[in-house]
Amino acid sequence: MKIIDAANLDYRAVNEALRETDSDCTINGCCGQRFIAAGMSDRNLIINGIPGNALGAYLNNAHITVNANAQDAVGDTMNEGKILIHGNIGDAAGYAMRGGKIYVHGNAGYRAGIHMKAYKEKIPIMIIGGCAGSFLGEYQAGGVIIVLGLHKDDKHIVGNFPCTGMHGGKMFLRGNCEDIRFPEQVTARCASSEDFEEIREYLSEYCADFGYSVDELLSAPFTVITPDSKNPYKQMYVAN
Amino acid sequence: MSVKFIYPEFEVIRNENRCIACRVCERQCANEVHSYDEEHKIMKCDESKCVNCQRCVSLCPTRALKIVKSDCTLRENANWSNDTIKEIYKQANSGGVLLSSMGNPKPLPVYWDNILINASQVTNPSIDPLREPMETRVYLGKKPRTVSRTEDGKLDCKLPPQLELSMPVIFSAMSYGSISYNAHKSLALAATELGILYNTGEGGLHEDFYCYGENTIVQVASGRFGVHEGYLNAGAAIEIKMGQGAKPGIGGHLPSTKIVGDISRTRMIPEGSDAISPAPHHDIYSIEDLRQLVFSLKEATEYKKPVIVKVAAVHNIAAIASGIARSGADIIAIDGFRGGTGAAPTRIRDNVGIPIELALACVDQRLRDEGIRSNVSLVVGGSIRSAADVVKAVAFGADACYVATAALLALGCHLCRTCQSGKCNWGIATQRPELVKRLNPETGSERLIHLMTAWKHEIKELMGGMGINSIEALRGNRLMLRGIGLTEKELEILGISHAGE
Amino acid sequence: MSGELITDSMKPMHDRSNGLGGGFAGYGIYPEYKEFYAFHMFFDTRDTRKECEAFLKERFEIIQSERIPTRRIPAITDEPIIWRYFIAPLKSVLLSLQLDEKEFVARTVMKINAEMSGAYVFSSGKNMGTFKAVGFPEDVGIFYKLEEYKGYSWTAHGRYPTNTPGWWGGAHPFTLLDYSIVHNGEISSYDANRRFIEMFGYKCTLQTDTEVITYIMDYLLRVQGLTLGETASVIAAPFWSTIAAKTDLEDQKKHTYLRTMFPSLLVTGPFSIVLGFDGGLMALNDRLKLRSMVVGEKDDKVFIASEEAAIRTMEPNAENIWSPAGGEPVIVKVKEGAFS
Repeated sequence: MKIIDAANLDYRAVNEALRETDSDCTINGCCGQRFIAAGMSDRNLIINGIPGNALGAYLNNAHITVNANAQDAVGDTMNEGKILIHGNIGDAAGYAMRGGKIYVHGNAGYRAGIHMKAYKEKIPIMIIGGCAGSFLGEYQAGGVIIVLGLHKDDKHIVGNFPCTGMHGGKMFLRGNCEDIRFPEQVTARCASSEDFEEIREYLSEYCADFGYSVDELLSAPFTVITPDSKNPYKQMYVAN
Repeated sequence: MSVKFIYPEFEVIRNENRCIACRVCERQCANEVHSYDEEHKIMKCDESKCVNCQRCVSLCPTRALKIVKSDCTLRENANWSNDTIKEIYKQANSGGVLLSSMGNPKPLPVYWDNILINASQVTNPSIDPLREPMETRVYLGKKPRTVSRTEDGKLDCKLPPQLELSMPVIFSAMSYGSISYNAHKSLALAATELGILYNTGEGGLHEDFYCYGENTIVQVASGRFGVHEGYLNAGAAIEIKMGQGAKPGIGGHLPSTKIVGDISRTRMIPEGSDAISPAPHHDIYSIEDLRQLVFSLKEATEYKKPVIVKVAAVHNIAAIASGIARSGADIIAIDGFRGGTGAAPTRIRDNVGIPIELALACVDQRLRDEGIRSNVSLVVGGSIRSAADVVKAVAFGADACYVATAALLALGCHLCRTCQSGKCNWGIATQRPELVKRLNPETGSERLIHLMTAWKHEIKELMGGMGINSIEALRGNRLMLRGIGLTEKELEILGISHAGE
Repeated sequence: MSGELITDSMKPMHDRSNGLGGGFAGYGIYPEYKEFYAFHMFFDTRDTRKECEAFLKERFEIIQSERIPTRRIPAITDEPIIWRYFIAPLKSVLLSLQLDEKEFVARTVMKINAEMSGAYVFSSGKNMGTFKAVGFPEDVGIFYKLEEYKGYSWTAHGRYPTNTPGWWGGAHPFTLLDYSIVHNGEISSYDANRRFIEMFGYKCTLQTDTEVITYIMDYLLRVQGLTLGETASVIAAPFWSTIAAKTDLEDQKKHTYLRTMFPSLLVTGPFSIVLGFDGGLMALNDRLKLRSMVVGEKDDKVFIASEEAAIRTMEPNAENIWSPAGGEPVIVKVKEGAFS
């Protein structure tokens, strides 16, 4: 295990240090260095401190654990791998991610999972332990977004305008979501046992990561949201 | 019919004396205009389906066909033109947003045509490019502010990544999906042979074309289709598409009907699913976020690739370009309001943005006023139609020009402006295998090479006339330009004098 | 060498100019004031001179202020007020502006020439000076009594103005600090060069291509710290095909670098120039060699001219007469220490 002391390094130096080694790394004293592990593959990375924006952008099968909060654009256009955040994450997490997993212990900011995709065997999974901000899953085109609403007190599990423009994938919100308004082109319904089977594997992994019990989580009702059409805007145009 | 009826725009004129009923026209028309009447042994046509792509005209072996504009018009009205009225009918019939293809066809000013180029007489010799060296090579990329030396006093010759072009032209972004496999292959082959670049557009890079990587610009747009680490490292440069001249401020939308087979695989999205590009990049809500995306791409490619930021020419383009020049980007690409598109809402295409000539003139001057012109190279497009346009653009200050519509014309496009239908009879803007195969990539690339070779020669002739034997000495050399029939204000913005001054 | 020699050398080249501008630059001519910047200036009126002097006093210590001696001759008329100052920048001003001395002096020259109507600095180096006027060069030399100056190098020029009217400030040499340029030809890259160099604080106020070459020299030599040879490789860069054919790979790399780094400082069109600097001269032709240039030697002297006749006037027994190739700089430096 290589230890990188990031206290006096800029992001370029941090990434160079990461690239120089094939072994697993721990970054200590991280404070705002952006783009950590951008485009990297096949390594395990532990970050102590606050990583900067665009952590794990274009990530290719590396595993990143953050023992604190993370800032904006975590896992931007991520392809494969896993990012585990022990705190909260900022806005636009998992933008356009096509594969891999982002598991967050705490809350997510605005536009989590925006334009998340899926392709063949690549199915991105985002699990947020707490609550998510507005525009969750905007333009969602694939993958699975799960929000658990743990320790949410009396907050809404998700802010306004979730699933706008959604045209693929699935979203799970723990609870009956009677107080949430969804757009017209999606269907929100109570999760069935088949739906649960679909996500049990991921939730088990999540619970193992953060010390929860799966059965306890699944004892509450879940709402599943799916798009009605893969082509939501087809009728909008006339040839001129 | 009745109130919904709109009289067809074109008439198909068939010279019955020449027609031999060989049915070529029928086979060639994906719009199904032509048909054969078995009973009477004659060809018939349904002109309501005709888009005037000239495919049947071009392939008729007896030259029996012509397509003419219909003279069945509504009553003349200077305010309510035929087109305006028909657009109203179409919308009343459907409730749809009008969708158009290719560049703005409206009679708005084309400044290129009001600018004249200089030539040497007496005080300075013109140069004959056929017999004397004449250089058109350019390097695009950031030029450092100062030279540095190694410890032994020698020049440290390291530069940020540069793109070498044999002439100041690049085939601009057209995605695989909006155009066909064979069209892409034609562009890739030609760019490689010519020593220039082509641009993938936002639809990813087909696995067959990775071998042309050195002559490829890979694009990252808001939809991030087909974007992954391998893709980013496959090209010579990475372009962040912030906007497009034909549709500034809005996203893109490739309908699910075109997301089939290889397109789906290249974009890395499921078949039958719409490919929606959001209007903004959702990780860029401000200029400092652009810097973040620029550097995330540089980090992912270890600073080996220049990053291009492409924007549409809009009102405050000079300030925008200044911001981009300070964002870490290596190259700014600006797309003017006459730029082409596979599909754009008509109202956006015809009413949003500004001409590239004005945008280029004010951006180049602004970057110089701020002393940051060397931070970036400047590439301009939309629409560059000829070698003369290229020369004028370079004299205004462009490092290179983006060319797309002219390249499509070379491939056989007849500018019928119905790309959005996906039924391109010339095998360009279509994904139907039987249509795609009409465009032979070898023939296509040869025609592109012809076109660019001819342009290059014309560029050299024009340069030679000015007594300039290297394109560097033309760049930003606005004294070589004069306006004709332009107002004081226009000349002021263009930074040139009027002819006779 | 006295200025008389070079004045005489211009006579056989009379037909190369049209009487609308002639000038000289002498190096080593002010040994008694060699620590100070010698500003040679034209003023249109006495009031302008007073105003300019007040401006200079805020920034410089003025060691000496005097009219430049001239001789009244019928060939030279309509002269402005021609003055010279020996000055040193005030240390306090330099400190507060955080500028090095030369940059400060250069900016002052730019400011006066661009903003002070009726005042024009036509020479601003140390232990050197230019002398120019509207007229034929051989008359200008007599007008300025150049026979009374002694220097270690001299340049001269007769003008045939094309794009700009003949006026006193428009005659060559053009100077900034110690750099002076005489130039024969008209460059086709002018506006490309001008619009680039103006990004760095230079202001081309005279619409003449020689001015822009002077600033390019100053920028590359002083600001960027290039050598004379490297500078020549930027402004008269070899063709790409020539660079590609080089067998010395390091040299090839260097030329590729310089051309890529400074594309906007490539100068095209016909030119032959002589750059004067502190301690020597550099002569350079455009890369197609569209202008004439001849070099000759005799003992410890080197002569450079557009025509051999001019060299023979100065030194009938000149040896090793040769014509440098296009883009090949001829660099002459006076013996180290001899004139410092």
